[in-house]
Amino acid sequence: MTVKENISTLLAEKCVGIAGAGGLGSNVAAALVRSGVGHLVIADHDTVSRGNLDRQFYFSDQKGHPKVYALQENLQRINSATRLTLFYGRVTTGNARQLFSGCHVVVEAFDMAPEKEWFALWMTENLPHIPLVMGSGIAGWGLSEKIRVQRSGNLYICGHQLETNEKEVPLMAPGVGLVAMIQADIVLEILLIKNDPSL
Amino acid sequence: MTITLNNRKETFHGGPMSIARIMEEKSFHFKMLIVKLNGKIISKEAFASTLVNDGDRLDIIHLISGG
Repeated sequence: MTVKENISTLLAEKCVGIAGAGGLGSNVAAALVRSGVGHLVIADHDTVSRGNLDRQFYFSDQKGHPKVYALQENLQRINSATRLTLFYGRVTTGNARQLFSGCHVVVEAFDMAPEKEWFALWMTENLPHIPLVMGSGIAGWGLSEKIRVQRSGNLYICGHQLETNEKEVPLMAPGVGLVAMIQADIVLEILLIKNDPSL
Repeated sequence: MTITLNNRKETFHGGPMSIARIMEEKSFHFKMLIVKLNGKIISKEAFASTLVNDGDRLDIIHLISGG
């Protein structure tokens, strides 16, 4: 088998959880489907709005649709063979285990810092064996050289980690996309290196 | 004492210090944080009472909105 075939075979058997389908989650999902990850579990409670179209992987004719179903449509246009498990609702301490305990890696892609905090603490306490790839600090522009990955055990935090005032420093497609792609890249690294150190 | 703070060696004057004091000295004023001492998550309530010793590894991670 070639290296590429070897990677395809490995990724086809993997399941990745994505908590939140906004700017980070929708773009991470697209990158993982393109990479050939076999199964995604995607959870989000929101619907597509006009303001999302400047950075999220949705289209103007999808306004008002639940993001998870709009994303399903878009991902299936990339690869209809990818298995998608969708949950339209909030991720809570009551359903997080059911949603994500079968995943090999989980991506945190929530919007607000308090959600990021409870989810990170919950995952670390309840599913510590599953790597968690978080996004933190994605607003603004011109910060690409400040974006970094901070790792602590099974926790990976991607972003510039600079506190910004959202009213003055808006979320822009390139910065959000950069962090999303770094998250997706780390997911691949975890899935591939853990399974075949020779890659 | 010398500790590893966010993967970097940091030296502080004197002996063991609380996490809260280290955060004060290093100006970590963020509301949303994850703090790990030697790999173990430390809750907010325990920042003032948990001591960091020479050689410890402390990770203080900011969580910023936007997703």
